[in-house]
Amino acid sequence: MIKDFGKYIAMFMVLVLIQVLILNNIQVSGLINPYIYILFILLLPFTIPGYFLLGIAFILGITIDIFNNTLGVHAGATVLIAFLRPEIAKLVSSREIIEKGNTPNMTQLGFASFLKYVVICVLIHHLFLFYAEAFSFGGFIETFVRYILSSIFSILLILGSQFVIFKK
Amino acid sequence: MRSLFRFLLRNYYLMMFLALEFVSFVLIVSFNNYQRVAFFNSSNNIVGTVYERFSNLDDYFSLSRTNARLAAENASLRKQLHFRIMNQEKYPINRPDTVEAPAYIFTSAKVIGNSTNKQFNYITLNKGSRHGIKPDMGIISNEGIVGIITNVSPNYSTGLSLLNKRLSIPAKIKKNNYCGALVWDGEHYNTANLNEIPFHIIFNVGDTVETSGYSNIFPEGIMIGTIKNFNVEGGTNFYNIKVELSTNFKTLKYIEVVQNTKSAERTKLESNNVGE
Repeated sequence: MIKDFGKYIAMFMVLVLIQVLILNNIQVSGLINPYIYILFILLLPFTIPGYFLLGIAFILGITIDIFNNTLGVHAGATVLIAFLRPEIAKLVSSREIIEKGNTPNMTQLGFASFLKYVVICVLIHHLFLFYAEAFSFGGFIETFVRYILSSIFSILLILGSQFVIFKK
Repeated sequence: MRSLFRFLLRNYYLMMFLALEFVSFVLIVSFNNYQRVAFFNSSNNIVGTVYERFSNLDDYFSLSRTNARLAAENASLRKQLHFRIMNQEKYPINRPDTVEAPAYIFTSAKVIGNSTNKQFNYITLNKGSRHGIKPDMGIISNEGIVGIITNVSPNYSTGLSLLNKRLSIPAKIKKNNYCGALVWDGEHYNTANLNEIPFHIIFNVGDTVETSGYSNIFPEGIMIGTIKNFNVEGGTNFYNIKVELSTNFKTLKYIEVVQNTKSAERTKLESNNVGE
């Protein structure tokens, strides 16, 4: 864990910078706005203590919020998926893989389980995010379209990044 | 008491989750109420520095476009100057009274952070209180209106972009001076709605919309855009007007901050009427 510490700090910074400097500037008529920084929360090892997981999620969310001027929105969404992560992991994967202290990445979970894991997490995170940002259910349909399109893009980007990193 | 502690300890994960979500919600709500949390926004130093570094790098890739834009602006200003000189008898050049301070002061600044894809978009500038920027100053570019400053730190400032549904700007149709309120529609980065224009006004697609003199922030006659289309919703007395914005928020780079030097005096005078 200690030797991985530097690796995780670097990953945190790289993901935040990619998010705020590149992805936040992508837009197709205001509909698609992918958020891939939650990959950091998704990839933390299963053995991580709960308070640590929640704390890191809050810090990550607040960091993105400060860059985006959306104080609290990303923090709330990220803490929510950090809280649900253990349950989602149990849902998509077998007990042995989780208890062996693995990291939930594509090589260890297998593609099918990892896909389910990413899709569920992104859908929950983005649902909270987009409705908390609009802060009303006015324009429900429009927000929903933005939510679905952005989720698809986030999922594709997250899976794509895994293929690039773990390609054999 | 001890059993309470035991309960909290056993469920610390749930408790911590609820506490953090509570903090997030408080932040969302208080931010929505415009509470100016000075540190937690992109006018603070660390965030400003990151954006500025990236913007400096990005600048090199847009040098030719920026030069072309500056040259075009120079040409347009030179044309105006030439027109004034040629017609001096008709339009005598105003010699400003040096005793009186100018009504508006313009400070140039660079956009180092900007979004166009959210419902509430903000803009970050590379100048702050050290350069005389204060909250409630206007932001304009050579293409037209941009937004309003809300937060200032010593070296940076942030503001509401016109692409922010919380911002409403007094606007008028240039040719007949009828005033309305301009609010972003939240859909596309180059259209906004002009509200409160009553039914009996006559105008056409393509007419210019500019700032009205009623604003305490912007000078009169700053370009906002042109009318793209309009219709009438059943049961109302007002038009639904879509305005095509003249400012391209996707390529925004160099802007000017407008200070109304007489704003305080005017606000004070106007506040006298409130009690009556």
